[in-house]
Amino acid sequence: MQEIIRAEDLRVRFIVRKRRASLFAPREKAVVEALRGVSFSVNAGEIVGYLGPNGAGKSTTVKCLSGILTPTSGTATVFSRVPWQERVAHVRKIGVVFGQRTQLWWDLPVQDSFDLLCDIYDLDKRAYAQTCRELVECMDIGDLLRTPVRQLSLGQRMRCDLVASLLHRPRILFLDEPTIGLDAVSKLSLRAFIRDLNREQGVTVLLTTHDMDDVEALCRRVLLIGRGRLLLDGSLDDLRRLAGGKRVCRAQVRKADFPLPPGAALRSRRGEEAEIEFDPETLAADQLVLHLARTAGLRDVQIQPPSLDETMAALYRQMGEVEG
Amino acid sequence: MRAMRTYFALALSDVRSQMQHRASFVLQTIGNFVASLMDALGIAALFASFGALQGWSLYEVAVLYGIVNLSFALAEALGRGFGEFARVIREGNFDRLLLRPRATLFQVLASRLEVSRLGRLLQGAGMLALGLAGLPEPLHLWQGLLLAVCVLGGVLLFLGLLLLQASACFWTLESLEVFNILTYGGIQAAAYPLDIYKKWLRDFFLYIVPLGSLNYLPSAVLFGKDLPFPVWSAYLAPLAGAAFLALGILAWRAGVRRYRSSGS
Repeated sequence: MQEIIRAEDLRVRFIVRKRRASLFAPREKAVVEALRGVSFSVNAGEIVGYLGPNGAGKSTTVKCLSGILTPTSGTATVFSRVPWQERVAHVRKIGVVFGQRTQLWWDLPVQDSFDLLCDIYDLDKRAYAQTCRELVECMDIGDLLRTPVRQLSLGQRMRCDLVASLLHRPRILFLDEPTIGLDAVSKLSLRAFIRDLNREQGVTVLLTTHDMDDVEALCRRVLLIGRGRLLLDGSLDDLRRLAGGKRVCRAQVRKADFPLPPGAALRSRRGEEAEIEFDPETLAADQLVLHLARTAGLRDVQIQPPSLDETMAALYRQMGEVEG
Repeated sequence: MRAMRTYFALALSDVRSQMQHRASFVLQTIGNFVASLMDALGIAALFASFGALQGWSLYEVAVLYGIVNLSFALAEALGRGFGEFARVIREGNFDRLLLRPRATLFQVLASRLEVSRLGRLLQGAGMLALGLAGLPEPLHLWQGLLLAVCVLGGVLLFLGLLLLQASACFWTLESLEVFNILTYGGIQAAAYPLDIYKKWLRDFFLYIVPLGSLNYLPSAVLFGKDLPFPVWSAYLAPLAGAAFLALGILAWRAGVRRYRSSGS
C-alpha cells in the first residue's frame, strides 16, 4: 500500500485576543491549543472518517493538510510534499469541499464557475471538457448549469461544489461536512457518488462529518480526535468498543414493572416497548433474555449494537469526563 | 500570458455579474461622474474669482487634477477587490483563495474590475485634455510621455494604498477608514499645486504618500515653475509609485503569512 498522507506530531497553537474589558484595561490573550500532537497516515485508495466533537481540531487538521494553515510545529506530507511550504503545487493535486461554504462564484451560472476553474487550474481544454461532461452526468446537474449559484438549493449547490472540486482530477479529496443540511435524497446520492469515486477511480478520501450514517456508509477506518489529540485509529467496531461496547435490547414486554439484573439499565419505555441497555461483559445476552422471559412477560426481542450516534455521544461524554 | 488570460477570464466574469444589475451599474457610473465633476466645478469656481493660484493657471491646475483623478479611477477600477477585502476576511472566504493554485494577490486583483469607475475616469481624462489644450504652448512628445508615465505611476501608488488598506485587514479584520483620508483626501489635496500648503503637508505628499511626486513635481518642471529640486528629479518621480506598490506587496505578504499561521 502506498502511503500518500502522513501527519507527524502536528501541533497548532492559536493566540486569541479577548476584547478589552474597558478602554484602558490591558488586552487579555488566551492560548488555544487546537492540535496537541496528531500523527497518522493514510494510504492511497482509503476512505477515512475523521471524527470528533465541535472544536476538537478536525478543521484545523484539514486546513494544515490542504496547505492553508502552517502548524506551530510538527510536519505533514501529502504526495511527499509539505502542503504549507509548497501551497500552489500542492493544491493543484487535491480537491477540497467545505460543506458550509461554496467554492463557486455566487453571481455566475454554474458552468461559468467551472470554466473559470479550468482557467485557474490551467487545465487542458479538451481533457477538461471530457471530465466536466462525465462529472455533470454522474452528479446529474446538467439542468443546473445555466443557473446562477445563488439560486441553487443547498443540495444542488453541494453537488455542483463536488463537481467543481474534481475538475482537475485530484487523487485526494478532503470533504468537510459535505452532507450538512442536505435532505435524504441528496445525502444518498452524494454518498453513492463518493463511494463510486473511491472504488472506480481509487480517489483517496478524508471525510470530516458529524453524520454517522455517512461514516457507516463510506468509511472502513475512522480517526477519532478530541481536544487536539488522536484518541483512536481503527475500525467502526473499535470505535464501539472504545465507547464501552454496550448493547441495546429492544423488548416487547407485557408487564408494566419488572426488575432488571445487574449490568442492565432501562433507557426508555413506551407502551409495551422497552429499551434496555446492557454491558455484554458483565451480563450475557441470553441471561438477559431469559430474565426478561421469566419476569417481564417477553413477547419479542431484538438485540443490536447502539447506533453510531449513541456511540459517539457516549464517547464524547467520556472525553468530557476524562479531560474536563 | 497564462496569467493575462486568467486575469481577463476572472475580471470579465465580474463585469458580467455587474451587468446583471444594469440599473445599479448605470446609476453608479453617473454618480461617480457627478461626484468628481463637483470637485472640478469647485476648482473652476475658485479660478473664476481669483484668476490664478500661486502662479498656476486654471489649465495647469486642470492637468494636476486630471492626472491624479485619472490615476485614481484606473487604480480603483483595477484594485476594487482590495478595497472590499475586509469582507473576504470577515466572511472567511480567504481560505477559498488559498485552496487555488494561484498567488492570492493575483486572485484578489482579478476578482473585481469595477466598470462604474468609468465615471471618474472620463471626468479625469476630460480635465486633463482640457488642461493640455489650454496650455500656451503644446507639449512635446517626450513631455506627453512623461505625463503618461506619471499617470501610470499614480495608478501604482493608489494600488499600493489599496493594498496597504487590504493588508491591514489581516490584523484588524476591519477596513481601516483612515486610509480613505489618504486616498480621497490625497486626491483633493493633490488636485492643487503643493505650493499652497504648509511645509509639513507638502512634504507629506512628496515623501510619505508621494502623490505630489506624480503630478505636481513633473508638471512644475514642464510648466517651468521654480522648484527647490533639480529638473531630473521630475523624471525619476514616477518611480515613487512603483516603490509605494512594492511596499504594499510586502505588507500583503506579511499579512498572508500571519493569516496562515493563525488561521483567522
